[in-house]
Amino acid sequence: MTLFLEQLLNGVQFGVMLFLMAAGLTLIFGIMGVINLAHGSIYMIGAYAGTFIAAETGSFWLGIPAALAAAALAGVAIEFLVVRRLYGRDHLDQVLATFGLILIFNQAVTMLFGRQPLFVQMPSLLDGSVELLPGLSYPIYRLAIILVGLLVALGLYLLINRTRIGMLVRAGSTNREMVRALGVDVRLLYTLVFGLGALLAGLAGFMAGPILAVQIGMGEQILITTFVVVVIGGVGSIRGAFFASLILGIVDTGLRAYLPGLLRQVMVGPEADALGAGISSMGIYLLMAIVLLIRPKGLFIRNS
Amino acid sequence: MLMRKTLLAASALVATTFGALAEDAVKIGMITTLSGPAGYLGQDVRDGFKLAMEDNKMGGVPVELLVEDDGLKPGQGKQIAERFLSESGVKLFTGIVFSNVAGATVPDIVDGGAFYISPNAGPSNLAGKSCNENYFVVSWQNDSLHESAGQLATNLGYKKAFILAPNYQAGKDALAGFKRFFKGEIAGEVYTRLDQTDFAAELAQIRAAKPDVVFQFHPGGLGITFLRQYEQAGLGKEIPMVLAEPSMDGVTLAAVGEAAIGVNVSAHWNTDFDNPANKKFMEAWNKAYNRPATYYSSQGYDTGQLIASALKATGGKLDDSFRDALRKADFQSVRGKFAFGPNQHPIQDWYALKVEKGADGKPVIKTVGEVFKDHGDAYSADCKM
Repeated sequence: MTLFLEQLLNGVQFGVMLFLMAAGLTLIFGIMGVINLAHGSIYMIGAYAGTFIAAETGSFWLGIPAALAAAALAGVAIEFLVVRRLYGRDHLDQVLATFGLILIFNQAVTMLFGRQPLFVQMPSLLDGSVELLPGLSYPIYRLAIILVGLLVALGLYLLINRTRIGMLVRAGSTNREMVRALGVDVRLLYTLVFGLGALLAGLAGFMAGPILAVQIGMGEQILITTFVVVVIGGVGSIRGAFFASLILGIVDTGLRAYLPGLLRQVMVGPEADALGAGISSMGIYLLMAIVLLIRPKGLFIRNS
Repeated sequence: MLMRKTLLAASALVATTFGALAEDAVKIGMITTLSGPAGYLGQDVRDGFKLAMEDNKMGGVPVELLVEDDGLKPGQGKQIAERFLSESGVKLFTGIVFSNVAGATVPDIVDGGAFYISPNAGPSNLAGKSCNENYFVVSWQNDSLHESAGQLATNLGYKKAFILAPNYQAGKDALAGFKRFFKGEIAGEVYTRLDQTDFAAELAQIRAAKPDVVFQFHPGGLGITFLRQYEQAGLGKEIPMVLAEPSMDGVTLAAVGEAAIGVNVSAHWNTDFDNPANKKFMEAWNKAYNRPATYYSSQGYDTGQLIASALKATGGKLDDSFRDALRKADFQSVRGKFAFGPNQHPIQDWYALKVEKGADGKPVIKTVGEVFKDHGDAYSADCKM
């Protein structure tokens, strides 16, 4: 039972990380209609900038504003210099341009920091683990990630549902043309949304630093899973991204943890392990396929 | 008129002389991985190799080193090899880091009548049935990495191991190699994903299985991620870990830091080896480059030394005599003893290393004992040359 709870927490933690990435991506995709492959690069920029400042100053906490600033700056720069020219173009052009950005950012980071992954010192406050229940101890840092993720989700909920900007964002994701026709400064709105998305990606990147390898190409790894989240949750829906992230995180963790064991009940060891590993790595894509079959626009978008 | 003719003749003469000089330089085609997360591996192979060159000469013979990035793509490696063979007339190749690239590229090279000297990848098929007289491996046969880790775990007296590797060929080979020499019981065997960023699910399984020891093979960034999360989950203090050297080199150590203290590693080389060749290499490396030396760099250097020794023996000719000279392995390896087996893969000693706190408080990898003496590979019997 404690093992199950631990795996559940693991799933939630993974889901929360995915949410921070997916929130920005789904907004950018839903409101501007832009497929931004460079979102993973912003995650990497956040991780590198934050980790570098944390290592130079010796303070993990100073890394946070550095990561956020660098990511938001990079996001706004990308929007202003490249993506702004792509709003009217078709998706293939956007994919090409933002894929080019991935290559440029990877090379730029290689030139600045070298090819060796960076070292991150965990702050002593978050180091170690805490006993939640008898027999269930859990790393404090992972609990902190869950907490930050839930706070961000709450903040986004309030922003989207209670503020004027949020109203425009909601309007923009349902009917872009109408918002423009009503005289809203769409350009500014787009830059803001892009910057906000980048900010969240940078935060995710920095928080991932102490548990992952801060290295070139780290953004591409998480980007694909993030797209799956966006598709399952429904393009443009923050609520969808939130629930889809949690579902995906829990399903992925659960499959990896339990599927080989279950299969071993019905077949011999090595075959069960190989099949289990195979199915669990397909798991999230299978889930996406099923969701697309039943609700082609995603779980949280009403089919019209 | 006469003046002009003389000038022309003179310039023609100059052109042919210099042309002949460039023609004389032995071209060495280095195909290696320089981009992406694994780019540092190829970079170390290349830079180690360069330390074996002096003023563009190896063994007194002028050489021209052509380096190209395979991007960890087998198709790209193959294309570069074909271009080098047909357009540049390269007859001597080296550099490939990854077995999947080697598998696609090496057969083309040796079928084209050229030599290939591997500084890293040593896949099993090329060591056995598909071995070739023009194919030499300076590093190791892939399985040896994990066989030595299995033997090390046995030597350390562990009875119950939990083993993990990514779900791809090298990962499966790793677990098979470990099990071949581990005498204890396997408490759990888990295949992870090559793109996995979170190992919490696996760590919980390890904790529940309560093994004596964990063996995991996760190269590069995956390994850093795994070690960090292992330590954060509090497992580092509870369950010791045995690793093969791809999971713990100087670069991994620098990124993981204190989380690595106490980890056992099996290896064929370490920075602290006390032999003249290694001291010379480490001094040259630390002078030339501002980053930790890895075993990739040592293998690049040894490959360079081997080629230099053979070029010196033949005076730069790449014919049958070159092959004979290579087989002699007449060079001082940084790992001490070195010889080729019948399938032209190394027969060498393997060592036990341990990550300890160094004098300045930073973790260092120390050599603490031996694992294998004169260890060859399981495939040489299948090799008919």
